Amino acid sequence: MDRTKIDRIIEHYGADKSELVPILYDIQAEYRWLPEDVLKYVAKSLDLSLVDVYGVASFYEAFSLEPRGKHLIRVCLGTACHVRGGPRILETAERLLGIRSSETTADLKFTLERVNCLGCCALGPVMVVDNEYYGKLPSKRVERILHNYGFSSSTEQKHD
Amino acid sequence: MTRKKIKSSSDLDKLRQKILAKRDPKIPCITVCAGTGCQAYGSENVVVALQEEVENQELGKVYIRVTGCHGFCERGPLVVIYPQGICYTEVKTEDVPDIVSQTVREGQIIDRLLYTEPNTGEKIVHESGIPFYKYQTRLLLENNLKIDPKNIEDYIALGGYSALAKALFEMTPEQVLEEVKKANLRGRGGGGFPAGRKWETTRNALGNPKYVIVNCDEGDPGAYMNRSLMEGNPHSVIEGLIIGAYAIGSPEGFIYVREEYPLAVENTSIALAQAREYGLLGKNIMGSGFDFAAKIHRSAGAFVSGESSALMTALEGKVGEPKPKYVHTAVEGLWGKPSNLNNVETWANVPLIITRGADWFTSIGTEGSKGTKIFSLVGKVKNTGLVEVPMGITLREIIYNIGGGILGNKKFKAVQTGGPSGGGIPESLIDTAIDFDELTKLGSMMGSGGMIVMDEATCMVDVAKYFVNFLVEESCGKCVPCREGLERMSEILTAICEGRGEEGDIKLLEELAEVMKDASLCGLGTTAPNPVLTTLRYFPDEYEAHIQEKRCPVHVCRALIGYYIDAGKCTGCLACLKACPEGAITGEKEEVHIINQEKCNKCGICYDSCKFDAVIIK
Amino acid sequence: MKRIKINGISVQVEDHWTLLEACKFYGIDIPTLCYYAGLSPGGLCRLCVVEIGKGERTNLVTSCNYPVEERLVVRTHSERVMRTRKMLVELLLARCPSSKTLQDFAAKMGVQGVRFRVKHETCILCGLCVRMCAEQMRARAIGFASRGKDRRVTPPFDIKSEECRTCGACLFICPVCQLRCQGPQSPNVVCGACMNIEPVCLEKHEDVRCYLDTCGLCFKGR
Repeated sequence: MDRTKIDRIIEHYGADKSELVPILYDIQAEYRWLPEDVLKYVAKSLDLSLVDVYGVASFYEAFSLEPRGKHLIRVCLGTACHVRGGPRILETAERLLGIRSSETTADLKFTLERVNCLGCCALGPVMVVDNEYYGKLPSKRVERILHNYGFSSSTEQKHD
Repeated sequence: MTRKKIKSSSDLDKLRQKILAKRDPKIPCITVCAGTGCQAYGSENVVVALQEEVENQELGKVYIRVTGCHGFCERGPLVVIYPQGICYTEVKTEDVPDIVSQTVREGQIIDRLLYTEPNTGEKIVHESGIPFYKYQTRLLLENNLKIDPKNIEDYIALGGYSALAKALFEMTPEQVLEEVKKANLRGRGGGGFPAGRKWETTRNALGNPKYVIVNCDEGDPGAYMNRSLMEGNPHSVIEGLIIGAYAIGSPEGFIYVREEYPLAVENTSIALAQAREYGLLGKNIMGSGFDFAAKIHRSAGAFVSGESSALMTALEGKVGEPKPKYVHTAVEGLWGKPSNLNNVETWANVPLIITRGADWFTSIGTEGSKGTKIFSLVGKVKNTGLVEVPMGITLREIIYNIGGGILGNKKFKAVQTGGPSGGGIPESLIDTAIDFDELTKLGSMMGSGGMIVMDEATCMVDVAKYFVNFLVEESCGKCVPCREGLERMSEILTAICEGRGEEGDIKLLEELAEVMKDASLCGLGTTAPNPVLTTLRYFPDEYEAHIQEKRCPVHVCRALIGYYIDAGKCTGCLACLKACPEGAITGEKEEVHIINQEKCNKCGICYDSCKFDAVIIK
Repeated sequence: MKRIKINGISVQVEDHWTLLEACKFYGIDIPTLCYYAGLSPGGLCRLCVVEIGKGERTNLVTSCNYPVEERLVVRTHSERVMRTRKMLVELLLARCPSSKTLQDFAAKMGVQGVRFRVKHETCILCGLCVRMCAEQMRARAIGFASRGKDRRVTPPFDIKSEECRTCGACLFICPVCQLRCQGPQSPNVVCGACMNIEPVCLEKHEDVRCYLDTCGLCFKGR
């Protein structure tokens, strides 16, 4: 844990307790997840009980208390995307990567998540990898997109 | 460019004149839509290409304005070229050289980039002529085309902040409050509560300081109205917020934006910083003596955090869960102080009301619902996008005149308003007027504006299950009726969709619905039964088929359908065989293929791969 | 003082009372699960709902945190209220079938059976232990984590908390079982297996049996 980095983030928000969520967000952007010792340090620095910090970290989907992959794949399952075949995109991604949503591949390359609405409903179905948006997706294009991020079907993960 | 703080109403006027004087309307201006939707289409690349091409072709002075969402998301990226106002749709980087050399330089119209009216084949040049736009009343959204959200001067050039000047210098706080009350502005976040009354309660409540809050949590799946306003015209919301703060007597405000909207966060941050720079925010606004500060609060999105008390709890840095309290947040809200929370769209209406007056505002709409409403028209409709319509317009007019009718010319089945708190409205009621109370009477509600069109291929039981499952994920889980009730509703609906429905299931669903409506702690729980209740009310035969006959009439529910190959049509091309992820299809080249029902997981990929319509679903 | 009507009877109540306090004072028994005098009201179990208002426009509100209002009309055992309480108990029983408290409520309210798939949880998420730990014991060792159907009470990271003083107050206040016997250490127990209450089991004392009023969970041990 790099205390100086975390201190800097906390300072940026004026060590204000009410900014706990943006602070955790910025920390997660650095570490890709929220490790236990980091949360304990944040609680101490902001003079908050650990119970409160843990409560916030575990409440929001956006926070991960487990290590996440290098690339974050989010498939939209909002109503408009659902009606336009979103579930099939998720299924395809799950099958290719060998994991279910909210899981990370064993080699820590990819994390797959479901999102409830990204606000690009006209482009449904939508998948976002890191910050790149892919819209109007036919399910067969998923594999090609994942290739761009270093996915290869030869290193297929095992279904459990 | 020296930035002099605006210290009076006349300073603002002078600044506006100065900005307008610098802008020559004869000089070509190319506006490109860069809302999140069009960015996903690659509009940023189009902008870069335009900048390069303009330089390469040595055109001299040309404005390129990157704007927020234009609304016609189906046809993005959208590019409009002034002074002629020529509108091009679905623009790609390859089109840029032609656009610059022909349209910008010569004023010639490129036919292939124009919008084509699907029924008549007519090519339409101006955005206002496109049917999608023609039938709208874009009071709030029209400026999205003309503004670069990162440049406050665009907003000022169009008259921005003159409403604030009028409020601060020509009206007392009480007069502003009266005007908003007279306008009968009802909350656009879904509740439809009269904003003026809420402002008054906050103003009269004991306790200081008072707070004003913008709710941009926008959790309804399928809704993105708030995103487009905050991305494309954040100043309209900020101006409204300051006017409200003045009327209520609040020195501090918060703009709560969900993290899933990074562009909205960015543009709003820039807007706030620029407003401060120009003396429109902070101490002694415009030299009026009124102090008001506002900041953004980013939050991880959670649908339930959009509820008033939950949002305020989240602003305090705690978990964004609703509070079980019977004191209204207008009296005891953020940190126990009187707090007025309104939706983005509600705030955006305020400058219009002040500038043009309550009488003008009430001339639009119905008896109970005044003004316009923005909807995100999505789903199985031809023209998807953001539409702004006057209250009182019918659903039919929105779906057919603006939306262009059903995608693929299929049959209309239902339109869902109000998201997971609303309901699907069937064909028989499609002439219902958009009105808070009318929609509630039907068992649905106005909601924040998500309007999802469903066609004949949609299974309504599956839709009910979808919304219940959404809420199961989003419920905070504090209270028993919502947490336990939703989970049990989900179990029952899943069983029905898998052919395990039983006699008594519908009665049990209705009993659960009753208790959830009566006893839930917050609006999520009390409105959660709506999708189930409306689908039961308007589509009972679908439930019957699933439960009694174990049949899904539209072949959606996987456990109740099977995929088969029509021997008469199969050409043995191996396409489906290769595509099948389960290896469930067998057959040789040029021989009829067969799907092994045991291995088939009903994913439907074979159906998509077959070019001969040989895969049938029974 | 304010004047309200409870079940048709006009009564005087203190200004600062909640409806629950008013009802208790006048001897009307309202079922509660997440309420404990001295701790802040939970408002979560919803069992204490009463019907307020007149005619068509009545609402159900939780009496534990609804403040008395002048001329309020309250009905504590109307059809709507009874129907609601019954379903709430049925839902809770489906969640924690081995809870003696819930079984007693069910018997009293005439819940004949549970029409849902039975889960075997031991916690109804009423939050009394959390509030007890925070407000009375001032330890803040346990709290809520996650949300929705995954919501649970736990010390952070599901390991024994450094703030926990093993006082046993959380066990004491839990309404679902009375004096829940922990038996052999279970991995997810709230305070990290506070053995404040030592089970007296057959293995230890030959023919002396466990005399605690159990919730049935430790029948496994026998």
